[in-house]
Amino acid sequence: MSVKLGVPSKGRLMEKTFDWFAKRGITLSRTGSDREYAGAVDGVEGVDLVLLSAGEIPRELAAGRIHLGVTGTDLVHEKLPRWEQQVEELELMGFGEADLILAVPQCWIDVDTLEDLDSVSSAFRAAHGHRLRIATKYHRLIREFLTDAGVADYQLVDSQGATEGTVKNETAEMIADITSTGETLRANHLKILSDGLVLRSQATLWRSRMTKCTAEEKATLRRLLAMIER
Amino acid sequence: MPNRSQIEARAALLRQRFEIAGGVVVDPPLLQSAETLLDLYGEDIRARAYVTSDALRGEQMLRPDYTLPVVQMHMAAGAEPARYTYAGPVFRRQEQDPDRANEFVQVGYEVFDRTDPAAADAEVFALVSLQLRGLELRVATGDIGILMAAVEGLSTTPARKAALRRHIWRPRRFRALLDRFAGRTPMSESRKKLVSTTGPLTGTAPEIGKRRATEIDARVDTLRADAMAPPIAEHQMAALEALLAVRETVPYALEQMRDIAVDLPAILPALERLDARAAAMKARGIDIDRLDFEASYGRTSMEYYDGFVFGFYAERRPDLPPIATGGRYDALTRLLGQGGEIPAVGGVIRPDLILTLEGETRS
Repeated sequence: MSVKLGVPSKGRLMEKTFDWFAKRGITLSRTGSDREYAGAVDGVEGVDLVLLSAGEIPRELAAGRIHLGVTGTDLVHEKLPRWEQQVEELELMGFGEADLILAVPQCWIDVDTLEDLDSVSSAFRAAHGHRLRIATKYHRLIREFLTDAGVADYQLVDSQGATEGTVKNETAEMIADITSTGETLRANHLKILSDGLVLRSQATLWRSRMTKCTAEEKATLRRLLAMIER
Repeated sequence: MPNRSQIEARAALLRQRFEIAGGVVVDPPLLQSAETLLDLYGEDIRARAYVTSDALRGEQMLRPDYTLPVVQMHMAAGAEPARYTYAGPVFRRQEQDPDRANEFVQVGYEVFDRTDPAAADAEVFALVSLQLRGLELRVATGDIGILMAAVEGLSTTPARKAALRRHIWRPRRFRALLDRFAGRTPMSESRKKLVSTTGPLTGTAPEIGKRRATEIDARVDTLRADAMAPPIAEHQMAALEALLAVRETVPYALEQMRDIAVDLPAILPALERLDARAAAMKARGIDIDRLDFEASYGRTSMEYYDGFVFGFYAERRPDLPPIATGGRYDALTRLLGQGGEIPAVGGVIRPDLILTLEGETRS
């Protein structure tokens, strides 16, 4: 059997991952037509490339179906409870940097901190008859963060994309999302709470703790890791 | 580890004893309306309860405990006074600790009686302790009502008291608020800037979202007023801190808290209630002189308890959750009562944990 390396299947994240491995003498490439998710690995024997959506890579690592995987810190922390026991962080790859943050409308001039948010959420509930809605796809991370901070009377509403627009559309009062430059936030008249940084994320190479390796696979992993660590 | 039929047999026995004590058997459904639970506990409940849904009834939760459905049932149709008992599985979603059970059996006893709350507290506590006789357990008791009275009695603005009251069950946020209201934490630069202004400030950024400019201006006014309010006096802070730290047997705890009441006289009626409860417990054969009392006990559990609280713990097995817990939840009956309310107190026991402990002593 071969060592399976899971890599994001499209976009800039895939290209940057290919570049990162290329710099270390390992050539990853997509094979077949543009639409076919098949890939090849050159430069090291016994490694298979598995192209996956970045969001599925944590689950595949936890299930032990891939030995190594490239995905963001945010996705691993969100999707895998007690992630330290299921995966090991091998290398921070220095791209795909993004912060998971809490942001409110710029017109909320009275809100700068989590304490403000908590007091506003209480008043909002009294005035509007429902709890203050936070649009996000990071339910677990945000709930843990807000519980820890002692913020109450909010509710999470699921948003898998275009999250910044939910406030203007009045399907949420504020958002929790990843941002790298903050440009989209500003364009949508949102501002980040001064103590609203939940997590700093970047593309990371993970090793699954859930695979059972044969001697051959172990040897392949060692060779691969030696090239990566240089 | 006890098996399912052993647990069910023990649960039946425990429930039977509660029946003999006067409990009417009730059997609420497994599925509860998620809306009621979310309204009461907020988003936290999603981390603790399993959610499912269908197109007709919307979101439903597998019951995380019995108290809520029993209260709903009683408030809708119950005659009073009433005593209920039940036994069956409850479900708790586990996101952190794989060793904690996500499904377990609870046997409980709930009393809805307005004639003598102290006697009802003692009744529930005594019945639960009787069921646990023979096990080596540490008993913790407390009284959230004393803390609530203390907050009420602080010489500060109604807004500050409301903020503290709201966070009694979140000790860290409570502490942070208290430090700010006492002037121990300096005001942030952004807040200083905000409150140094006058007149309405909205209108510089586009108004988006459901929270309107009027609400924002109103809060700015509230913050300006709050900045003018004097800090909570040092002697009251000292008294409140002393109160939070009380941890003694009941008679000594009462003595200490009567001392504290010199600076916080508002807690005196709550102390009278504790005294009456202690007398009622003594009358039921509880050894009050050796019973522990912690003023801060019960602050991190479910936030419906607002008076007497208790828990039984296996000291030699700190990994186990409490074997039994309970308390008074008058406010919950008001919240779910649609205008009605009735003093209520109850307790639950875990037969699986009793069997685990008994198995250890035998082996």
